[in-house]
Amino acid sequence: MAQIFHSSANTIARLSIIGAGLLVAGGLVTLDQLTRSPYTTEVGVARAQPVPFSHKHHANMGIDCRYCHTSVEKAAFAGIPPTKTCMNCHSMIFADAPMLEPVRESWRTGESLQWNRVHDLPQFAYFNHSIHVAKGIGCSTCHGRVDEMPLVHKANTLYMQWCLECHRAPENFVRPKDKIFDMAWTPPANQREVGLELVKEYKIDTEHYKMLDCNLCHR
Amino acid sequence: MSATAQDPNIGRVEIPDVLDLRHTYDSATDKINGVILTKKTPVPIAVAMGICFLLAGLLFMTIGRLLTMGIGIWGNNQPVAWAFDIINFVWWIGIGHAGTLISAILFLFRQEWRTSINRFAEAMTIFAVMCAGLFPLLHTGRPWLAYWLFPYPNVMQMYPQFRSPLMWDVFAVSTYFTVSALFWYTGLIPDLASLRDRAKNKLTKIIAGVAAMGWRGSARHWQRYDIIYLLLAGISTPLVISVHSIVALDFAVSQLPGWHTTIFPPYFVAGAVFSGFAMVLTLAIPVRALFGFKDFITQKHLDAISKVMLATGLIVVYGYAMEAFIALVYSANPHEEFLMKNRMFGPYAWSYWMLILCNAVIPQLLWFKRIRLHTGIVWVISIFINIGMWLERFVILVTTLHRDFVPSSWGMYKPTIFDFSMFIGTIGFFGLLMCLFIRFVPMIAGFELRELLHKKKSHHH
Repeated sequence: MAQIFHSSANTIARLSIIGAGLLVAGGLVTLDQLTRSPYTTEVGVARAQPVPFSHKHHANMGIDCRYCHTSVEKAAFAGIPPTKTCMNCHSMIFADAPMLEPVRESWRTGESLQWNRVHDLPQFAYFNHSIHVAKGIGCSTCHGRVDEMPLVHKANTLYMQWCLECHRAPENFVRPKDKIFDMAWTPPANQREVGLELVKEYKIDTEHYKMLDCNLCHR
Repeated sequence: MSATAQDPNIGRVEIPDVLDLRHTYDSATDKINGVILTKKTPVPIAVAMGICFLLAGLLFMTIGRLLTMGIGIWGNNQPVAWAFDIINFVWWIGIGHAGTLISAILFLFRQEWRTSINRFAEAMTIFAVMCAGLFPLLHTGRPWLAYWLFPYPNVMQMYPQFRSPLMWDVFAVSTYFTVSALFWYTGLIPDLASLRDRAKNKLTKIIAGVAAMGWRGSARHWQRYDIIYLLLAGISTPLVISVHSIVALDFAVSQLPGWHTTIFPPYFVAGAVFSGFAMVLTLAIPVRALFGFKDFITQKHLDAISKVMLATGLIVVYGYAMEAFIALVYSANPHEEFLMKNRMFGPYAWSYWMLILCNAVIPQLLWFKRIRLHTGIVWVISIFINIGMWLERFVILVTTLHRDFVPSSWGMYKPTIFDFSMFIGTIGFFGLLMCLFIRFVPMIAGFELRELLHKKKSHHH
């Protein structure tokens, strides 16, 4: 009787045992790494905007964050400035720059500029800027050195594990109230000590799992 | 025993032996492989396959609608949040218990009558567990996120709640499925090899050859086979108990009257075996008639299965009695008492008394030998048990949930057409897989049968 299989089938069969394992393990690792890579998270990937607005340029001139993001201390949404805010300056400086034509067009027609959102939190997560500012979380903690970004990109993933990193141990991140808008602030060497003091001062309840309640963000 | 062996006319003995000793190794193997190594599909199988195919289509259409519309298309809603989906899950997983019990426990106890039905029962188990798994998966509402149920390092830093029996269920059922599938496949290997060697068709040879994984039947192969099979039997044995115990804990760990009771795990396991054996009979009786397998699946098998059904059925009846006793007499708990009275005389009383009829009254017929040896009656009884075990889960879920602690939140449960199409659809899907299995896989463990034949013949000569 003729053999159905060539003798190499033995080797193939043995290799397939290891191969199948590697394939499954490799696939899972790839998926996991893909989820954490900038390909998915867009961390460090600058977004194109209708006008190439440079935060770096404007912040370095000494304009305060709140000049444009007016509601950051009072509301959930930090606020995107109306075209009028741009025109406060740009009706006089760079008034004819071709780069700013979309701004002038918006000013003439009354149609808002359509910025592309960089920090786009899913709808099922509730987030409020004002409470974070009020409890001593500075802009740069989440947004990174926006004053060094020509076009804004995400500095953090906004993944839930990233949120929890601070919600589990806010003492590692809180800063004095007068440093909230200080983009260059870095935690001091004794951050833990200072942080624990500040957590007490700001009345952040870390003892009753309040900061980790599902309902806090998923309302 | 010796009387049976000395009698050449085995058919005339009231309870025959576990196989017809007139068979030789060759004739037995030919008969089993003959179902597969032919181009002809028996008409009843083809018709059954067609019907089941349509019903399976109904299942997938229902799932499609469910995924687009959400689980609101089902009838369950507050207060009856668990209904057909969970009833069907428990029903199917219970049916799945016969396979492992027959393959593992009866193997360890060296019961000869397991040999010609184990392959069949194991296949039934695997397909039943597949149907069972569908229900909780779809019950989650967003089955595409079902991988969240497993503990893996994720960017949400979420971890499953290991204090919940629903979580234990995930592991119990997936372990059960994996071990059952491994056990089934391991047992198949020598038979696939004999299929490969006997096939005339090149394609069959290649497919069976790949599936047989190079089995040559050498002494070393057999030695390893025996070890692995024994090990798998040992691993499977506790699973028979654990899986349905954990399913029972889904209910028992909650604090609802009618669910919060310690008798649930053993009572569920007995019920599972009861329904599993009933399903084996429901399927095996027509199949053996169709393929003339009465020499392998004899009256002795039907008799033994009937006895197991009778025994487990009595445990289940004891469970019902204890449930009523605990609720009405022993607990002195007004909620338990109300639940039990509502179960017996409330709006769903019909389901309770139907359940008593199907599971407690009708199986008592199996006390009589004449009835156990009457294939037709046994088959009808097995159908009643299948219905009864479904009703048992209906009674447990719906009567407990529809009367909440606060009368203002009382409600009634009415299944929708999609509840029914989903349930009937899984029966079709199960039937389709069974038909494919019967047609393309050796449904009786040929080499075990030959071994048994050898043992019996050499013992008596």
